[in-house]
Amino acid sequence: MDLSFLTIKKTHEYLKARKFSAKELVKAYFEKIKKINHKLNAYVLVCEEKALSAAENADKKFTDGTVDEKNLLTGIPYALKDIFNTKNIRTTCCSKILENFIPPYDATVVSKLNNAGALLLGKTNMDEFACGGSNEHSCFGPVKNPWDLSRVSGGSSGGSAAAVSADLCVFALGTDTGGSIREPASFCGCVGLKVTYGRVSRSGVTAFASSWDTIGPFAKTVEDAAIILQTIAGRDEKDSTTPDKNIPNYLENIDDGVSNLKIGIPKEYFSEGIEAGVRNIVMNGVKEYEKMGAKIVEISLPMTKYAVAAYYIATPAELSANLARFDSIRYGRKPLKEGKDLFDYYLNSRGEGFGDEIKRRIMIGTYVLSAGYYDAYYKKAQKVRTLIIKDFEEAFKKVDVIIAPVAPFPAFKIGEKLDDPISMYLADSLTIPINAAGVPAISIPAGFMKGDDFDLPVGMQIIGPQFSEDLLFQVGHAYQKATDWHTRRPNIV
Amino acid sequence: MLSEEQVKHIAKLARISLTEAEVKKFSAQLSGILDYVAILNEIDTQNVEPTSQVTGLENVMREDEIKEFSDKEGLLRCSPLEIKNNQIKVKSVIK
Repeated sequence: MDLSFLTIKKTHEYLKARKFSAKELVKAYFEKIKKINHKLNAYVLVCEEKALSAAENADKKFTDGTVDEKNLLTGIPYALKDIFNTKNIRTTCCSKILENFIPPYDATVVSKLNNAGALLLGKTNMDEFACGGSNEHSCFGPVKNPWDLSRVSGGSSGGSAAAVSADLCVFALGTDTGGSIREPASFCGCVGLKVTYGRVSRSGVTAFASSWDTIGPFAKTVEDAAIILQTIAGRDEKDSTTPDKNIPNYLENIDDGVSNLKIGIPKEYFSEGIEAGVRNIVMNGVKEYEKMGAKIVEISLPMTKYAVAAYYIATPAELSANLARFDSIRYGRKPLKEGKDLFDYYLNSRGEGFGDEIKRRIMIGTYVLSAGYYDAYYKKAQKVRTLIIKDFEEAFKKVDVIIAPVAPFPAFKIGEKLDDPISMYLADSLTIPINAAGVPAISIPAGFMKGDDFDLPVGMQIIGPQFSEDLLFQVGHAYQKATDWHTRRPNIV
Repeated sequence: MLSEEQVKHIAKLARISLTEAEVKKFSAQLSGILDYVAILNEIDTQNVEPTSQVTGLENVMREDEIKEFSDKEGLLRCSPLEIKNNQIKVKSVIK
């Protein structure tokens, strides 16, 4: 069975026409995972038995003719970043401290997907507790980029991005706090959606920075991303940050094109710090839109250069508070050295269980929240956040959407930035402002950057006002109808 | 600049044991990060309100109802420690 570029739409048609059964499909994926995963390290756990039994249920619905016509996810194999709680399935956040954690319940979005009949193939690799831009901070080791195994997948949702690009699943979910969906989607050459803050429930997904965290899909096409969001979006009483806001039919206007739209090009996102190859690819994308009739307007987002600094104060502060719950008492791994009292037990559990990047960020967070420093750091960062929000509000008075590069460079070599935290942090300099403002953005493949020894995918992001995901799908889909970058597949050797 | 003493103090507040080598490494790296974020001092934020919630939701209330979780044993099974009378046995807190 050819799994290459198998979209939700196509898979659904084949399942409906009984060209293959869901069971045959799942078996083909596991065969491919067995053949390729050791090269990529994208999956950290596969759930073969559960997926096969879920596939049988899906097949029954197709043969009975009881499949809901509007539900395109029945029998569709997917993967989850290992930060989503899955009932009776190990969920580690790729941290040693959770190496044996088996949640007794499913995250809200997992229940929604499973109820829709989607088939969970396995859990994917990530940077520990979603902190990182390269997927090298994982207790399972780095994910390799499907286009060049010596390079990173991007992070923190690197496993999900690599699994989608390498056709080891039809779609996957990830989380995006400062770029963790869009950056790996750009590096691996697939579609990645960062939703408006609060559009998708975070209940049952381990929190990193609660006022920044979002959940979204990785997919092969923009259209598929729309189909997935349709199922996972919405109010959840278990997550009080999800507003009771109408969920539009995301496919209704997807074919409307861009001829009456104004697209903003923020000059700060095309500055000298961004590699020329990346700038050229994204500008070619913009020209494509111009050909389709969109009006291109140069705009400015002057606070852009401060976003990374605000992020590395505010999010470690929230992380340090959220990760305080990991003390190997209610869950987690017992430290090798238990120590003499509870205090020692805490020290050893966390000292042994957390990796370097988590230790760094917890300590930064603890420092900026400590007495005497709160105003100078945390409060300052939250004020700067207000100014970043204003930037976007002003911009969206002039334009409908904004187009920009996702990352300043394509996938870098494994190990290249590992011991230089700040240079690693700058990988997210163009994605972080979007999280600060809580607006949605979608990363889509826009071309390939060639060098002496590389030929790597580059993504562009389409950014819109809050709750404008339908517009992002419309704009992204128009590009994918006019170009074929998203259909290119890596040759994994 | 964060001294090694300060790093040890922060690590203790955060309940993380560090080796001497880690203290040295983190002292340099954390100092670098704090130097970097000082760029925010370029911005005048005197009359700016801080943001803690981006979509404008406020005081989301619900009824104070008790809902039983269906798998209490499953929750207790997550603990690596001894379970006694549906409680987790921890090391001594008070000497």
